[in-house]
Amino acid sequence: MTDLFKINIDGKEIEVPKTYTLMQACEEAGAEIPRFCYHERLSVAGNCRMCLVEWEGAPKPIASCAQNVGDMRPNRDGSPPNIRTKGAYVDKARNGVMEFLLINHPLDCPICDQGGECDLQDQAVAYGRAGSRYEENKRAVEDKNMGPLVKTIMTRCIQCTRCVRFVAEVGGVEEIGMISRGESAEITTYLEKNLTSELSGNVIDLCPVGALTSKPYAFNARPWELRKTSSIDVMDAMGAAIRVDAKGDGVMRIMPEVNEDINEEWLSDKSRFVWDGLARQRLDTPYVRVDGRLKPASWGEAFAAAKEALSKPAEKIGVVAGDLIEVEQAKAALDLFRSLGVQNTDCRPAGAKYGTDGVREHYILNPTLAGVEEADALLLVGVNPRVEAAVWNARIRKTWLWADLKVALIGEAADLTYDYTHLGNSADALSKAETAEFLKGAKRPMIVLGEGALCHDDGEAILAAAIKLANETGAVADDWAGFGVLHNAAGRVGALDVGFVPGEGGEATAEILGGGKETIVLLGADDTDLSKTSAATVIYVGSHGDAGASRADIILPSAAYTEMAATYVNTEGRVQVTSKAVQPKGEAREGWAIFRALSDVMGKTLPYDTVEALRESLRENAVFAGIGYAPGAAGAEALKAVPEGAGSLSGTPFTPVIGDFYLTNPIARASKTMAECSALATALDTPVAAE
Amino acid sequence: MALRRFDLEAGGDTFAFKPETEEKIAFWRGKYPAEKQRSAVIPMLWLAQKDNNGWLSEPAMREVADRLEMPYIRVYEVATFYTMFRLQPVGKYHVQLCGTTPCQLRGAEKLKEVCQKEIGDIMYVTDDGRLSWEEVECLGACVNAPMVQINDDYYEDLTPETLSQILGKLKNGVEVAPGPQIDRVNSAPEGGATTLTDPSLFDGSRNSVATLPNLPSAEPAEAEAAGKPEAAAPTNTKREEPVASNTKTTLIDTGKKVETGERPAAVTIDPASYDDLKRIKGIGPKNEDALNELGIYTFKQIAEWTPENVDWVEDFMSFPGRIEREDWIAQAKTLAEGGETEFSKRVDAGDVPSSQEDED
Repeated sequence: MTDLFKINIDGKEIEVPKTYTLMQACEEAGAEIPRFCYHERLSVAGNCRMCLVEWEGAPKPIASCAQNVGDMRPNRDGSPPNIRTKGAYVDKARNGVMEFLLINHPLDCPICDQGGECDLQDQAVAYGRAGSRYEENKRAVEDKNMGPLVKTIMTRCIQCTRCVRFVAEVGGVEEIGMISRGESAEITTYLEKNLTSELSGNVIDLCPVGALTSKPYAFNARPWELRKTSSIDVMDAMGAAIRVDAKGDGVMRIMPEVNEDINEEWLSDKSRFVWDGLARQRLDTPYVRVDGRLKPASWGEAFAAAKEALSKPAEKIGVVAGDLIEVEQAKAALDLFRSLGVQNTDCRPAGAKYGTDGVREHYILNPTLAGVEEADALLLVGVNPRVEAAVWNARIRKTWLWADLKVALIGEAADLTYDYTHLGNSADALSKAETAEFLKGAKRPMIVLGEGALCHDDGEAILAAAIKLANETGAVADDWAGFGVLHNAAGRVGALDVGFVPGEGGEATAEILGGGKETIVLLGADDTDLSKTSAATVIYVGSHGDAGASRADIILPSAAYTEMAATYVNTEGRVQVTSKAVQPKGEAREGWAIFRALSDVMGKTLPYDTVEALRESLRENAVFAGIGYAPGAAGAEALKAVPEGAGSLSGTPFTPVIGDFYLTNPIARASKTMAECSALATALDTPVAAE
Repeated sequence: MALRRFDLEAGGDTFAFKPETEEKIAFWRGKYPAEKQRSAVIPMLWLAQKDNNGWLSEPAMREVADRLEMPYIRVYEVATFYTMFRLQPVGKYHVQLCGTTPCQLRGAEKLKEVCQKEIGDIMYVTDDGRLSWEEVECLGACVNAPMVQINDDYYEDLTPETLSQILGKLKNGVEVAPGPQIDRVNSAPEGGATTLTDPSLFDGSRNSVATLPNLPSAEPAEAEAAGKPEAAAPTNTKREEPVASNTKTTLIDTGKKVETGERPAAVTIDPASYDDLKRIKGIGPKNEDALNELGIYTFKQIAEWTPENVDWVEDFMSFPGRIEREDWIAQAKTLAEGGETEFSKRVDAGDVPSSQEDED
């Protein structure tokens, strides 16, 4: 029996897989089908009736989204069924549906944030009638609270239930529902509680009308006023595709773009709503500490002060790169400090034990993010993907839900939105028989290590043990590299790729910040313990006034990720480039340019004058030769060599590396929206005495 | 349907099923496999409502959700979808008044006025906590319209007065028998049955009638010989084959013992002088044959029956009261004297098919 089905759509005969819905078949044939409730990545509801088409011989129009072509019968003479997606019959059907949808929909487009990018608006123009025949009162619905991110104007709701299906199926938290029925039906969270999903902002994109809109963006701008720039997100190490919408020099909002390999079309709340942090707490001019107080200074004054600080003996200087560092800055900084003889450089503020053995496959996510869909057993070690890579967690959930993926966790138990086997909370669980047992039955097992495991004292032993386990359980094969590290910082892999680790005889973060240094350079490194650095002069290069800047003696302001075209390498080892959506704030400069200028001041001029020239020298490393490419299974060969185990596995429990999902970096900490989310999330975790 | 929301204040913070309910919960949950326990959500909500004085509070709903391991919002959807789950407190006696068309046509509007007057607004609970009411859609008792449901029982065939009395009694703690509030059993006609009143229908005495009309004549031997399919009659029900018989079936049970009255005298006369007894209203071919077998052939014989004779014949033929009701004796007198009755005229004119002679 063939898996293909012949069907005649608008007079054009095509062959489609039997598993297609009629809507997919129509789109395959080039026909446009309007829809509200149907969404490619959600289950089929079939309740908006907008996708009606004519099936010759059928007594009624067919809702094409819910009709499987495999279930269709041929015509009486055996010829393929005839479908018409155009013509008077279909037009009339859609016109009728549109009229019903608009009966209770308010005519408030002029004050609606969805105006200009509204499916209902567009389709009313395309398929609706010119006026309304409805003369009764329209129904009104009370607005519901859904938390600080999603604003509701429920009278506009057309009950497509996309939001209900999204939070249940993708978000994995069943929090939105449709209550009552008939004319009283309403979309709400349970008793108007806040949404707790990290992906809740996606319901705004999914809502085909203006019922769910962005609360922080409310009344900020009209879509046609916005300058749209495709870029890359840096809030986690996934590097999700985003679109930065800007007006003037301000970022007005951030929306996801489709990248099937990374974020499909979702975006985490942190990535989506962090934009107000880009306008707050900004370092817009250099500062130099004079008499214990930071004073605004010119670049020249700041460089002069920096030159003095960096003229100390090389072994008394330490450099720590933070989570958001872009490759160009890392490269320029590393080139400068190496030329100054500084070996104390590190890009692992939390002290994770990777990146020093020279094998790239030991610190990237070899199986790739999308690769989890091929896996049938996933072992998470010291990682909570729900907070460290929220969108990827949705992909794990999707695979767990719709395919045969078993998940096991070694680490602190948490609600991951899917079921998993908890094998333990310490490294020694890696050597347990049941761990090997879990992976052995699988065709494509996958082991993912997180910072939580690698920051451990015996991180190197854990890494070695995990690679050994991967080799023993068939996770490393010729076409499958089932071992990887899931990072939580956008700049980490890029910095490791340029070699931003201690040089020969160099010290790592803990020693650099452990006292004894005279000068410490922080490249946006705020999530570190600076308490023992009081004797040192601290140079802070970064975009936001956070922990590092308040400790700093010299501040060199740099651009944030929306203000420059910068290279980032995501956790898969995929090289991607952001775009400049707005100008850097005030005197801030791109990170690499700061070090190029400083190198001049130091008399060690770096050999590139433009970012192009810098990238040219970057490309000497083959890793940076291709944009948007993740090596994936190509790394299998390198994983076959098991590194020497350094010591045995301990039983000390792993601790979560991310305490607060909403406040992981200086930009997020500057965001009011994130602060509000964080406060509400924290309040949820602590028992409330009384309302 | 109005907006339905939990009365959070009245619901308090806690709810617990009554211990005796646990058995019922186990019964309902036992119907579904372990991974499909959420199928029991509606009966569970119903039990919770029963245990919570007739309404479903928010803690009660949460208890159900927790037990079935369902997200609260999913249970909330169910609880708000079905109006049988009441989200606000109700009285000890909660009146659900059917306002759908049949009841409305039979006076439900008037009943609403009574409720409004005696109880108050919809879903208002009287100060003593005894009564509350709401209007509901069809409760499926249209034949007894108008009606209300009070807690678990139907009170039917109401008038404003009877409903008012019921409410008054309930208010004073007096139980009222459910069912129709007029002279009527269930949905049977008011004042008693008007059809199928003949006791012989129910006492088994008609079992003796062995021949049913329109049965196919059974000729198994012939059918077999001709190699035809066995059953001649197209039927998909199993029925007893009629007994093939060449002798004429005896219509009366000659052995029947009759204890009342006195058997009328039988005569033996020339068949040529038989009267056509079918000209009497009430006597058809079967009764005529039966009377003939008792030796009664003429109008004159019937005209001379004594009351005792009448009793005997009625008893014998199992139709008490019929001879008197149809006034056979008066008819027979008229006909014996050569006169005519309205009925006999119609028989003579051939207008009464049941009085035609069976040509068989």
